[in-house]
Amino acid sequence: MAQLNGRPHPPGRYPVVVVGSGPGGLQISYFLQRLGVPHATLSADAGPGGMFLRYPLFQRLNTWSKPYAPAERGTRPYEWYDWNSLVGDVPEHRSLVSAAMDGTSYFPSREEMARGLAAFAERAGVVVRYTCRWEATRREGDAFVLATSDGEYRCRYAVFAVGMAEPWKPPQIPGIEAAPHYVEIGPARTYAGRRVFIIGKRNSGFEIADALLPWARQIILGSPRPPLLSVLSSGAGVRAKYLVPYEDHVIGGGVFVLDAAIDRVERSGATWRVVTSGMEGGTRSFEVDEVFVATGFTVPLGDLPSLGVATFNQGRLPRMNDYWESTSVPGIYFAGTITQGSVGLRKYGGAGNSAAVGGFRHNARVLAVRLARLLGIEVPRPRLRPEEVVPYLLSEATRAPELLNQKAYLARVVSFDRDQGILDEGIVPLAAFVDEPGPDAAGIVVEVDRDGQHHPAVYLRHRGHVSEHALPPDPLLNFEGREHQAQLAALLAGVI
Amino acid sequence: MVERDDIVEIMAGLALFADLTRPQLQAVAHTFEEEWFEEGQRILRQGFSGSNFYVILDGEAAVRIDGQTRATLGRGDFFGEVSVLLGEPPTADVVALRPLRCIALAGPETEHFLISHPRVMFRMLQAQARRLRNANRWRS
Repeated sequence: MAQLNGRPHPPGRYPVVVVGSGPGGLQISYFLQRLGVPHATLSADAGPGGMFLRYPLFQRLNTWSKPYAPAERGTRPYEWYDWNSLVGDVPEHRSLVSAAMDGTSYFPSREEMARGLAAFAERAGVVVRYTCRWEATRREGDAFVLATSDGEYRCRYAVFAVGMAEPWKPPQIPGIEAAPHYVEIGPARTYAGRRVFIIGKRNSGFEIADALLPWARQIILGSPRPPLLSVLSSGAGVRAKYLVPYEDHVIGGGVFVLDAAIDRVERSGATWRVVTSGMEGGTRSFEVDEVFVATGFTVPLGDLPSLGVATFNQGRLPRMNDYWESTSVPGIYFAGTITQGSVGLRKYGGAGNSAAVGGFRHNARVLAVRLARLLGIEVPRPRLRPEEVVPYLLSEATRAPELLNQKAYLARVVSFDRDQGILDEGIVPLAAFVDEPGPDAAGIVVEVDRDGQHHPAVYLRHRGHVSEHALPPDPLLNFEGREHQAQLAALLAGVI
Repeated sequence: MVERDDIVEIMAGLALFADLTRPQLQAVAHTFEEEWFEEGQRILRQGFSGSNFYVILDGEAAVRIDGQTRATLGRGDFFGEVSVLLGEPPTADVVALRPLRCIALAGPETEHFLISHPRVMFRMLQAQARRLRNANRWRS
């Protein structure tokens, strides 16, 4: 894209404008570039990294990047073992977070993550106009106009990858506005000998508790809902990395995990009072030295709601369709962690892993293909021979990072068209595949059933009707054996 | 433009949750996930495993078997429980007739939720009894 005075993407007209230079913005920009979609990527920040320039506060991520894994670093299957690197089309663009890690942990530090993202932007040549702040948005005919600190950008499609970046506190709790949010917490040693009340029992609440274990005199975590632990809920909820405070609670060692509604928060001289209501009635008052609010973040949507972008979850997320497009303002798309607003089929309650880099990086490739095709840019659909279909789909179920990171959410789809032959349709959101019309086709996903068993499932579209077929689980998650081959071959016999 | 957190308020007015204390309502509101469906979107899919339990906060949905509408659901109605309780795929589609706002509970969490909230289970049983009575009346 044209450069002016050394800065790329000057104000003007582009088919697509991307806002954001965190992992979501970098990843969508990368795939748009690879597909030859002209676009401008803008960011208010001075460099790549987004939230990882500041968070997680206590320095390590809770998602793994395994330096030694069953798959070779730099390959596509390795991406399943490296949830933090952005994904690439070629080996030199892959595995850059794990390459930046020093081996002391398989959870990268914040600095390692930020270094890996910067390395990706540099090596892959992702071009961003930095220190260019998106300030306002309006419609002009079919175009969106993004007013920025550098001037106006006109585009057919706008992609917002602005993160869940704004601290959020539940407005209905009186007094909570005075208590510091997660983002305002100082170094852990600042709280030596203090009594701390943490409002919120999700990852960020437990992250704070974990960091303060060696320092705080007493830690209380309180919120209405019992904590949801990832080890008991197929990955959703508080990650195992933060379970030490919970174990302390179970043992009775000075950490308390309370299920209670927070009625109000009051400042009382040098201390705080938190008043709670128990589930069976009765209030309780806690006097503490510090109160921290760990109730999460919201999307900085700017003026998009006034443009008509509908939201939910108390305005924290935009309502979007299966391709992460606003349901109320077509043409506005979302990338990055915001894509968690699209939950797919929510099979057995699972809604994909789109909140995390490991999941949303794959959504970005799907969205880039979608935008390319909307703009009339051809994206190849490789042709398959009939005998290749079964081994290909089973190989995908066994090692495709898209299917493993985004279980029951993203599918590998192969279509069977009488005229065109057998075509690889690429990775497709499962919900779109089962609900949209199309030619005869099969989509394979990996699912986790109610007993926690991982298994492939095939969705077969035949004469407009879609049916679901579960394939058996395997203790080593190898779905390429004889039984799987025989079952899938029998299933596809009528369409190949 | 931030919506008011009205989920607890709406829930407090629904028969299913009528016996819960305020803190219990808050806990339930945090346990369920809010979900929106646009007109024409399927929520339950006939014959697909792994469905969940839904309570309608606002909007309207149709229950369709093989494309034929059998019933219409609105605010306060719930669906998906038969499939979740029996561990079988739904025998009908549920399709949003206009924008539909629901709260959803993961299928695998539903048994534990009902056992720990017996008054909700009782209210659900009452609603099922009414449905059964009405179905029998209709047939006779």
